[in-house]
Amino acid sequence: MNETRKFDTKVQYLKYKVLREVAKQAWNDTLLENLLDIPKIIVPGKTPTMRCCVYKERAILAERVKIAMGGRSDRSNIIEVIDIACDECPAAGYEVTDSCRGCLAHRCEDACKRGAISFDHNHVAHIDKNKCVECGQCAKVCPYSAIANRKRPCQAACKIKAISINENNAAQIDDKKCISCGACVYQCPFGAISDKSYILNVVDLLKKSQLGKNYKLFAVVAPSISSQFTYAKLGQVISGLKKLGFHTVVEAALGADMVAQAESKELAEKGFLTSSCCPAFVDYTRKNYPTLIPHISHNLSPMATIARYIKETTANAKVVFIGPCTAKKMEVQLDTVKPYVDSALTFEELQALFDSRDIDITALEEDVLDNASYFGRIFARSGGLSDAVAEGLKEQGLDDFELHAVSCDGIEECKKALTLKSKNLLKENFIEGMACVGGCIGGAGCLTHGAKDKAQVDRYGQEAMEKNILDAISILQ
Amino acid sequence: MKVTVCIGSSCHIKGSRHVVEQLQYLIAENDLGDKVELGGTFCMGQCQKGVCVTIDDSFYSVSPEDTRDFFEKEIKAKV
Repeated sequence: MNETRKFDTKVQYLKYKVLREVAKQAWNDTLLENLLDIPKIIVPGKTPTMRCCVYKERAILAERVKIAMGGRSDRSNIIEVIDIACDECPAAGYEVTDSCRGCLAHRCEDACKRGAISFDHNHVAHIDKNKCVECGQCAKVCPYSAIANRKRPCQAACKIKAISINENNAAQIDDKKCISCGACVYQCPFGAISDKSYILNVVDLLKKSQLGKNYKLFAVVAPSISSQFTYAKLGQVISGLKKLGFHTVVEAALGADMVAQAESKELAEKGFLTSSCCPAFVDYTRKNYPTLIPHISHNLSPMATIARYIKETTANAKVVFIGPCTAKKMEVQLDTVKPYVDSALTFEELQALFDSRDIDITALEEDVLDNASYFGRIFARSGGLSDAVAEGLKEQGLDDFELHAVSCDGIEECKKALTLKSKNLLKENFIEGMACVGGCIGGAGCLTHGAKDKAQVDRYGQEAMEKNILDAISILQ
Repeated sequence: MKVTVCIGSSCHIKGSRHVVEQLQYLIAENDLGDKVELGGTFCMGQCQKGVCVTIDDSFYSVSPEDTRDFFEKEIKAKV
């Protein structure tokens, strides 16, 4: 199979090759002795394939190796810029391009409220950057699409404006603002921003468990897995996880069922809540809307909720979360979550882990994964959490409480709802906040993103044996 | 007496919820709540033999249909 087909972009493929190699060396206990050779293993020969020369390629790869090994320890943010990989993209904002034909209409001039547009002797438009406020109105009205917005892809991706340009013209992340959602990681065309990986921790956890002799290592997988590993069957992914050495696999969606029940009850009691599932959304709320902090649901996330249950019921258990999310790597470091989840991986990293052991999941038998209800599973897509809370109210006979949910699809919509609430102008009584567009299936740690992802999550939900929340969690009492 | 029912995927599909619910009911009906501790765990590593149940350290294979027999013979008689 063509390996690049597993990913959306070649940047992800490159990152994967580094992760796979680092993990492979770790399994063989040869990482230390071969560490400096990894860039050359990945880019052999003398012909550059990505950059100006192989030496720069290898220098950048050496940085990628560091990130694959956990990244800089002096910075807690799990999102890191590889400054030598940053191509210093133009960031001039709105600019008139060669396509300007010097027309007569000059709609751009009329559209500009700041008087920033003037014309030369050929009637070609020019933008006075001292007057321009980057509103984009001129670009909208130009019939030749001659005005382009030269914005760095990382800055365009970062809707919360945590990325600026430093004195060396490279991207720089403001850790005080960053919510670790990974949007910039996925969008940078040069792969110059990356999420730190804890794949070595997981290799170590797997090794030391010695197939359950020393402790039982649980894989808790996010329901968005239903839109991933599309080249194989979900049951084969489960077999692959057990082949890696995990004791068993449990759905984070069962934690979602538990959260849906508790959160709907909490909502009926308090009258207003913002959701606590998405760590990037919670972090964003905490950093920007301190007055709303008391309204954040007191429930742990589904991941932490199910991990806590596992640790309470199984002696000597350790838990690795596997999902689409870079922010989960930040969440597992929180004091409230740390005792329950030992490490977090993305689907990208899981692919690298399989291949570091030469596990071809398509050749494996199908195992089963069925713990959660339909409602727990649909948490993976925008709107699913609100549906589940509505169901939770119904099943617990709390129908008197009238749910008016606003499902915020992406951090921009979250911002809108939170701002309204902070000014007491929001009419809804429940904010479902998902930092990624589409919900978790839009996460930066996904292997692939596609138009069918939502339908796949819904189908996976319908395949659950348990059809309602109380049935799924009754087993836990 | 500690009774643990496997609630992992494989046993769940074979009906572990019904085993748990019946045991909960039977324990309450026979007023054994203070003598029998009922709990769940994910996967006992014997998926072919599900629904897997342990009483203290002994292993049993139970199905939803024979849960009542299992209760009478292994729990009620021995507690």
